[in-house]
Amino acid sequence: MRSDDPALKRMTPPKLTMFEQSYLPQILGGLAVTGRHIVKAALGDGAVTMQYPEVQHQPSPNYRGVHRLNKDDQGRVKCVACMLCATACPVHCIDIVGATAPAAWTDREKYCQSFVIDELRCIYCGMCEEACPVDAIELTGFYDISGLSREEMIFDKTKLLSVFDLTQEAEPMKSGVVPPESSNRTMEFVTTPTTGPVIERQQLV
Amino acid sequence: MLEIIGLLIKIGLVVGITQGAVAYLILVERKIAAFAQDRIGPNRVGPLGLLQPIVDGVKMFLKEDVTPSYVNKPIFILAPFLSIIAAMIGFAVIPFGPVGPNNPSLAMGPVQFQIAPGIDIGLLYIFAVGSLSVYGVILAGYASNNKYSFLGGLRSSAQLISYEIPMGMSILGMILLVGSLDLNAVVEWQNRHVWGILAQPLGFLIFLICAFAETNRLPFDLPESEQELVGGFHTEYSSMKFGMFFLGEYLHVITVSYLVVILFLGGWDLPFVPLGEQSGWLFTLVKMGVLLAKVLLMIVFVMWIRWTLPRFRYDRLMELAWKRMIPLAIANTIVTATVLQLLRG
Repeated sequence: MRSDDPALKRMTPPKLTMFEQSYLPQILGGLAVTGRHIVKAALGDGAVTMQYPEVQHQPSPNYRGVHRLNKDDQGRVKCVACMLCATACPVHCIDIVGATAPAAWTDREKYCQSFVIDELRCIYCGMCEEACPVDAIELTGFYDISGLSREEMIFDKTKLLSVFDLTQEAEPMKSGVVPPESSNRTMEFVTTPTTGPVIERQQLV
Repeated sequence: MLEIIGLLIKIGLVVGITQGAVAYLILVERKIAAFAQDRIGPNRVGPLGLLQPIVDGVKMFLKEDVTPSYVNKPIFILAPFLSIIAAMIGFAVIPFGPVGPNNPSLAMGPVQFQIAPGIDIGLLYIFAVGSLSVYGVILAGYASNNKYSFLGGLRSSAQLISYEIPMGMSILGMILLVGSLDLNAVVEWQNRHVWGILAQPLGFLIFLICAFAETNRLPFDLPESEQELVGGFHTEYSSMKFGMFFLGEYLHVITVSYLVVILFLGGWDLPFVPLGEQSGWLFTLVKMGVLLAKVLLMIVFVMWIRWTLPRFRYDRLMELAWKRMIPLAIANTIVTATVLQLLRG
């Protein structure tokens, strides 16, 4: 558009009065705004600060925190050592050693002998959770982990299973439990008769 | 002899109390900063965070004092001392309470709530030593041998030559009305007539704006400019040397707040309460408390402004001072002088 285009609409800022030009009304307005905030935060509950160690932050349901390895109803690890999560992992922080499942475990051929996640290398993207065909690996809302060494932050199978024990009350497995009726998306997902995992999920229910 | 002891006690009291007050002003500042941003502020050390200033002070002393190899050492060390001394000697003429022969007396005669009572050039003195603290900033910027610090020092000098003139002129009207440079005389005049803010509203406004520039507080903290000058003049300072700049700044805020209250907000005068003629310990202490309360409110206002207004660009500050405030201050002086002359006939 050229500068002399007739369609060009020219706007002129409103003329400021003498009083407004001194910026005093604006300054007083600003003082009123900050003053309101100061009084509200000082006297009432205006402050948004959370007193952290005393008050715990509740992350949203889809928060991606520390991983856990889910157990099935017999207390066995659900993982079938298919390596899909380790393959999907963009930073290669998952290391699985698979082994032939014991003969008594009729529902699978393999299980994971060792399952190690380097929590320091992990970027908490949730790809492993999405890749898992049996919903064995899940990201929890557990966020305040710390350690004194790098080795301490490499979580093995026992530790990951203990995260499950720790969090299963607060966060039931995303599958294997009847989804709440209010959630339309999951209902649709469960009732769609498609591939193996979904059928298996219904069997588990 | 008794007089000298009394004087030393007074000096000790003023220095001690103001240093302690500064520590707690930093807590107040942090609290107000937090409230303005909908936070809570320091509340972990002691009840309501009341021990925070002590911990901060200890931290300041225990930190390693780094002197970079490339600085101009003598000036580098001199600068923070200059800054704090200039801020401190201003207290010599500030009346913390009533001064006069009718004051309640102890062994050595009537107690004067001023280190150097009866100085008739009090205002002139405060203006003189108040401007000295700028040398601390300029020298720190120069001695640091660092481009950001140097820019900070440069800005400080540009700021000085801008605000000092309107500042000096803004109180001329008040001095004309009172007819004295003695701070006590100013308070007494306001006691008898009206507060300075009513008699000289324009003078008050100009003086207030310049006071912010004088103390290097937002919106005029150009030499510091955390964002574009990485701390400006004190970038290279650490430990207690940095602490001294900090102390100097807050002491300056206290001095200037006293000055604003004494010059324009009536000093220890309360409207509709005839405190002025009373003397005796009770009333004297009440007057002192009134003055202190006003000063505290003024300091809170200074901090409140900090979280309201953004920083000025330094050419804008010069423009504001030279093109707006100086003409206004001159006009204010001329009008006051003319009206006074006409009234006197």
